Amino acid sequence: MSATVEIRPAPHIKGPRSVEKIMLHVVYSLLPVCAFYIFQYGISALAMMLVAVAACLLTERWFITTGTQSGRLGDFSATITGLLLALTLPPGFPLWMGFVAGTIAIVLGKAIFGGIGHNIFNPALVGRAFAQAAFPTAIATYTPSFLPGRFTEFIPSSLAWPLMTPPDAALWLKEKHLDALAGATPLAKWKFEGILANAQDLLMSLSGHMAVGPSPLLILLCGAYLAFRRYMDWRIPTAILGSAAAVAWTLYAVNPGHYPSPFFMLFSGGLILGAVYMATDMVTSPVTPRGMWIYGALIGLLTVVIRYYGGLPEGVMYAILIGNAATPLIEQISQPTPFGKGGIGKPKRRGASYPLNPSYISREEAAAVTPKRQFLKNKPKRDSGSMS
Amino acid sequence: MSANSPVSSPAALRNMQEFMEGIWERNPVFVMVLGMCPTMAVTVSAMNSISMGLATTFVLAASCWLVSVMRHMIPKEVRIATYIVIIATFVTVVEYAIQAISLEMSEALGAYIELIVANCLVLGRAEAHAAKNPPMPAMLNATGMGLGFTVGLTMIGGVREILGNGTLLGISLFGPNFQPWVVMVLPPGGFFVMGSWLLLFAIYRARKDRNNAALAAQGASHGA
Amino acid sequence: MSTETLAAPQVTPTATLLRVLGIVSAVCGLIIVGSYEITLPAANANRRIALERAVFKVVPTAKSIVEYYALPAGGIEQAKGGGEAPASVAKFYAAYDDAGKLTGIAAEAGAKGYADIVRIMFGYDTACQCITGIGVVSMKETPGIGDKILIDKDFQANFKALDVKLTDDLSALVNEVKTVKHGTKTNPWQIDAIAGATVTSRAVGKGINDAAQFLLPKLAPNLEKLKVKS
Repeated sequence: MSATVEIRPAPHIKGPRSVEKIMLHVVYSLLPVCAFYIFQYGISALAMMLVAVAACLLTERWFITTGTQSGRLGDFSATITGLLLALTLPPGFPLWMGFVAGTIAIVLGKAIFGGIGHNIFNPALVGRAFAQAAFPTAIATYTPSFLPGRFTEFIPSSLAWPLMTPPDAALWLKEKHLDALAGATPLAKWKFEGILANAQDLLMSLSGHMAVGPSPLLILLCGAYLAFRRYMDWRIPTAILGSAAAVAWTLYAVNPGHYPSPFFMLFSGGLILGAVYMATDMVTSPVTPRGMWIYGALIGLLTVVIRYYGGLPEGVMYAILIGNAATPLIEQISQPTPFGKGGIGKPKRRGASYPLNPSYISREEAAAVTPKRQFLKNKPKRDSGSMS
Repeated sequence: MSANSPVSSPAALRNMQEFMEGIWERNPVFVMVLGMCPTMAVTVSAMNSISMGLATTFVLAASCWLVSVMRHMIPKEVRIATYIVIIATFVTVVEYAIQAISLEMSEALGAYIELIVANCLVLGRAEAHAAKNPPMPAMLNATGMGLGFTVGLTMIGGVREILGNGTLLGISLFGPNFQPWVVMVLPPGGFFVMGSWLLLFAIYRARKDRNNAALAAQGASHGA
Repeated sequence: MSTETLAAPQVTPTATLLRVLGIVSAVCGLIIVGSYEITLPAANANRRIALERAVFKVVPTAKSIVEYYALPAGGIEQAKGGGEAPASVAKFYAAYDDAGKLTGIAAEAGAKGYADIVRIMFGYDTACQCITGIGVVSMKETPGIGDKILIDKDFQANFKALDVKLTDDLSALVNEVKTVKHGTKTNPWQIDAIAGATVTSRAVGKGINDAAQFLLPKLAPNLEKLKVKS
């Protein structure tokens, strides 16, 4: 009959920035990184991205239609999960394992917590952690980049039948007379064989045949775009890289023969990708500025510690997951001081506990006595007309 | 089968209900979520799960029967101690029996056979059911609970064995090229599979409730 | 039922409590002892079969085994049937062929692996003074990684003839058994580790070394005693 009246809570005036827009910009900024990654590894990498994104979107759709999860496909968050997952997996990773990892990423990382905005851990990293635990051999098998014929031929391990063991990548390389090329990541090489890769190779990952992920320099550029447009907080990557560099430098200064230089620490492996795109996930990182610094420093420290003293060569994934888990705690201890409470000579109040009568509203109110709730024994009836 | 067999007397019907209670309606693993320690620890293969389940079933049935027989005799003050002694007795019997049947199984199940004594399912049944019912229903109910526990363990163990080893009950399903999911035979795999089953049951139950509600609403509107 | 609930608040006399607990304990005790007696022969037979299987795997020519203890002070003695071995002695098994002649020695070794102690059984050949085979008794290593020590052919090839020669005064091994990085084995007393399962490989090497260092100096002077099955 009349026009529909929409009733909803404040805020009624919104800025132009929405979840969809942020996510879409993250996707845009990831595109150059993905393109370069495909340029490095050919169609196997492309297929992996498509499969991972498809797995994430299908799972997300299923959970949305069953009503177990909020959100919608159009918010691009599942797309980002899929792309990031593909970037962290080795290029020759079997596609069916990629599909499993993508599904687990959404189910375990997101859906069971209630969908977008409710997850505790970064979904892409949950998927990768599962793949790491389930398929430890396949996930440690890297093939060299810039192979001849990479745009026409799949890496054979990519096309392994579902549930079946992938063919041996080393044998395939031998057939192509490429077995002299590097088959392990620079980090694994350093950890197990003590070989350090040179700096320029790491930075650009252009000078061929090195089994590294996407180029760190390109990721930094794309991340800078995001930070500049304020779609990402610059504090987190800065804190992560800074603390990783500081810890690595300290160890390097103590014993240069045993520990690699901080430069190697920063640019080998997935630290840059993790710092720029994964640790900055808005849902799973602290919202308080001071918390961001703590969070970043924790991740950087853990990364270096896991890399040096852990059993695995790469530690970024677990460091970020631990950081995610610590986020609520970090937010609690890093609450900003309310306006008017800090200042010289006054003790700063930290902690997120609020008194029932918050004294910072005004002094008069702080001293005021909360009126007791009144219960009317005989409620005046409406129709008696006694209402004043 | 049970639906087809004619139920002759109310006593038989009641016995059947006692028996079926633990298998589906109040399944110890998926509904009551009891006895998680063996559920997580020994379900790496279907065979282990079945052995563990049957061992627990025997302990449950035997101790519930004995508790029920002695229920008038046992003073209230010392009942828990008495139950534990009875349960521990049958756990020891099971342990000896498994050692005599298969040493490999005894090694695979390890300390978890002895830990049946601490399984809250067993003490819970003894205290909540056997102590208040005559021997026959008590034993039937305990057997049903034990079989429900076995079914639950086997559903978890089967999935973990299929994904973690490519076999079911030792029979290869996917041929020699199968890629094992290592995580499935590690402790996290137990939690993943358990959680997945609970998730599926929760979704199923939510759908059923929704359908029932819709039907009820329909019926009400038709009636009105 | 109603009479029970009414009777419940009353205090049970101590004598009754004791009597009931005594009866329950007696019944339970009878059940346990009875089942123990019934299952004991079968359980012992199972244990013997499992042990023989483990020994025959590492000494394939063996047909029967005799259990011995190597005493810490030197010397050996045959194990008395049944019962656990004292902690200070090292158990080993002399394996005999059909004719009752000694064909090899089997012993257990153990060392800390990645997850827990890796316990292995190794076969020792008295003629070549080398280890001729290993089998795993128990381990909890990561499936797919640590348990490669069972199936990895290159790793198993280490134990075709792993050198454990004793010095001339029979006090220690000439060369310590050592696990080396994959692909760098040069000497017959080295064990080539499995790439990616270094920790477990090292545990096997350390276990064999420790066991051999303890057992062999006590075994070597007494070999004559073992030559023929007693």
